[in-house]
Amino acid sequence: MSTTEETKTKSDTISKPAGFVEDFVRKPGKFPKVTHYCPGCGHGRVHKLIAEAMADLEIGDKTILISPVGCTVFAYYYFDCGNLQAAHGRAPAVATGVGRSNPGSITISYQGDGDLGAIGTAEIIHAANRGEDMTVIFVNNGIYGMTGGQMAPTTLEGQVTSTSPYGRDIRDAGHPMRMAEIIATLEAPVFVERVAVSDSKNIMKARKAIRKALQSQKDGHGFSFVEILSACPIGWKMKPTDAVKRVNDEMAKYFPIQNFKDKIAEHQPYPPRVTTPDNKKIIEVLGVNKDVRLFKKDQKFLDNFKDQNIKIAGFGGQGVLLAGTTIGYLGMETGLNVTWLPSYGPEMRGGTANCNVVLSNKEIGSPMVEHPSALIAMNGPSLEEFGPTVKKDGLIIINSSVVKEEYTKRNDVKKIYIPMNEIAESLGVMAAANMAAVTAFIAATKAFELNHLLELIKHNFKKKHLIEQNIAVINKSYQYVNDTYFK
Amino acid sequence: MKREFIKGNEAISKAALLAGCSFYFGYPITPSSEIVHACAQLFPLVGAGFLQAESEVASINMCYGAAAAGRRVMTASSSPGISLKQEGVSYMASAELPVVIIDIMRAGPGLGNIWPEQSDYNQVVKGGGHGSYKCPVLAPNCPQEMCDHTILAFELADKYRTPVYVLADAYIGQVMEPVEFPSEVLPVAKKEWAIYGDKESKHNLVTSIQMNTIEMEKVNVVLQKKYKEIEEKEVRFSEYMTDDAEMIIVAYGISSRLARSVVNDLRSKGIKIGLFRPITLFPFPKKQILKHADHAKLFVALELSNGQMVDDVRLAVNGKRPVEYYGRMGGAVPTHDELIEQISGFYKKYIG
Repeated sequence: MSTTEETKTKSDTISKPAGFVEDFVRKPGKFPKVTHYCPGCGHGRVHKLIAEAMADLEIGDKTILISPVGCTVFAYYYFDCGNLQAAHGRAPAVATGVGRSNPGSITISYQGDGDLGAIGTAEIIHAANRGEDMTVIFVNNGIYGMTGGQMAPTTLEGQVTSTSPYGRDIRDAGHPMRMAEIIATLEAPVFVERVAVSDSKNIMKARKAIRKALQSQKDGHGFSFVEILSACPIGWKMKPTDAVKRVNDEMAKYFPIQNFKDKIAEHQPYPPRVTTPDNKKIIEVLGVNKDVRLFKKDQKFLDNFKDQNIKIAGFGGQGVLLAGTTIGYLGMETGLNVTWLPSYGPEMRGGTANCNVVLSNKEIGSPMVEHPSALIAMNGPSLEEFGPTVKKDGLIIINSSVVKEEYTKRNDVKKIYIPMNEIAESLGVMAAANMAAVTAFIAATKAFELNHLLELIKHNFKKKHLIEQNIAVINKSYQYVNDTYFK
Repeated sequence: MKREFIKGNEAISKAALLAGCSFYFGYPITPSSEIVHACAQLFPLVGAGFLQAESEVASINMCYGAAAAGRRVMTASSSPGISLKQEGVSYMASAELPVVIIDIMRAGPGLGNIWPEQSDYNQVVKGGGHGSYKCPVLAPNCPQEMCDHTILAFELADKYRTPVYVLADAYIGQVMEPVEFPSEVLPVAKKEWAIYGDKESKHNLVTSIQMNTIEMEKVNVVLQKKYKEIEEKEVRFSEYMTDDAEMIIVAYGISSRLARSVVNDLRSKGIKIGLFRPITLFPFPKKQILKHADHAKLFVALELSNGQMVDDVRLAVNGKRPVEYYGRMGGAVPTHDELIEQISGFYKKYIG
């Protein structure tokens, strides 16, 4: 009897650990008692070590195993636990999602070298760095077995594969990657070890490492990583016995079999994650059951309301957007339809800001204001840019603290000059220049009652200690516009 | 009932919690970032899970894991990010996993810019990733619908065990309007197929691989049957002044808002024009559009792309009437005056 047949008989048919299902019923074909792995392949052995550990640690019921892409894509044929199959390289991300959703479960991300060291490099590094509650079983056989013997990130220098037919040239393809060493440099992983399933001594070490990793996860220590050097006789085009021998003779020389990190003993277990929301808390936090509208519905006001298309523009930091939302809130609280559309993104960081506000008693179509019925220009460039777009007989409110000259380009509109900065500064709140702007709009258009603005400020303003000063700015601005233009 | 003056993007995050969503995985990108900001702020406060993933690819795969665990889960992004998520969406469609994906479209191709476009129509409505799959797609045109459609998306995702998209654009994401939120959180039923990490559910398997061709074909047949049922039951649309219209603009999202203003304006000038707004882009309201071909002499698809939805309008009208397209690209949004000129031009050309 050859070694491979012996391995197959022992591991796959006679002493099946309880971590495996009784018959591999998910496996198609006529042989539900044996695995689909090739003679001499390390996966069968690794599977058995995991299954034994699952049974002995009594974690089978709460274990969720993520099958990767590669020869172990069908790991779910065998393991008696929750099974999830993931896209190539994504097992650590999938494990993150399923693990966080099931706090206290044991999540195993089973991956090969192409999966973990090439296409899924980002996923493994970041899952490790977060210290996710998972145990990674990384089977490194230095080749893409299932896909046809191509070069892996861990293929040794000079090794011939179907995509390195002249041997791996490190100048072209880079050096074989030592993933355990990379993972061990990160803070969060508590246990990182490289083992091999190449002889009985190494298999015992592998058995111990897998158990230690799973026990550690069970105890709440988060992320562990076990790299397992393994043979792929078919991919390597070698006899099974020679292939297994090569693991020790060649692979282990480049990939040292050793522990790289073990801080389980000194690590304080993580408290279990809370990821199930409390419905009462949601309602409370969102405030969706709060009181009714601020102002009583005034049908006459609503019926007679004439659409307002407002553009407010100025420097970033002048409170342009907040001036817009304040008018928006006024509209909403009085029962109108309102839209507010800001400039956003890098435009905001460029130092200018503007927003569009539409108020109507009808359903609003476009939220964009191309021809404002009212323009509030907080600075010169805004006036230059938007002044010409204002509707005939429209309104332009100009911040005369910043714009010192008279705006002569339009004589078919109403113009209101108000020193917004001076008014705000005189009352000790420079930041309230935007409230002077909003007030000037109300004073000039009579679109809303002054009282409504004052009530809104009292109700909505987050910085309570500034309410009184803002109210003073509003009152002074209202008086200024009335005295200057409406007496 | 209290209304909240809120951005479309923020309405989505709040609505998700009210829909029973307990996980958000995402990666920031303008102009969708208010969603990830609001989730980062709100989810931990109520005990829901939030994680800023290392990439769009990782975030959709985290969704895969959480969905497999029976959770209601959401991710959001904008066009380039959606391109990256497509792999995961294909896997989830195949494994029949529910997820809600929000796409706040920006201009492309490539990095493009952050201004509104509607050029993800093909990649979102037609499947997008590999394989014969489709996802239901809801197209809100205001913050209230951002809320309502997010909630509906979770319901559809669970009902049909499928990824569902909410497809909006930069302006609908950024605009603030009053929104009325529901006052209760939707219950989430236990899913018999999900993996809860316990004895009862451990025999469940979530996978998208079937090596046997006949078995994989069966998976496909099940999916196609599901899509057919969705086409029969889930078509949603709205109409404005279409009853007597000689000319109908077909538009969704921000374009439908522009179109409404155009309809108002041209109606006041005596032109019989209406607006047909598909609310579900898949399933597309084919029959409902075709019905109008009896009286409308012309259809115009208005969209911020090179003309993607127009293909579906043409399929719906099936050659019975001419179907024109007008749109802008690169984040440019047509002005009202420009649209009046273009639409009037089409009217003159075909109707007189």
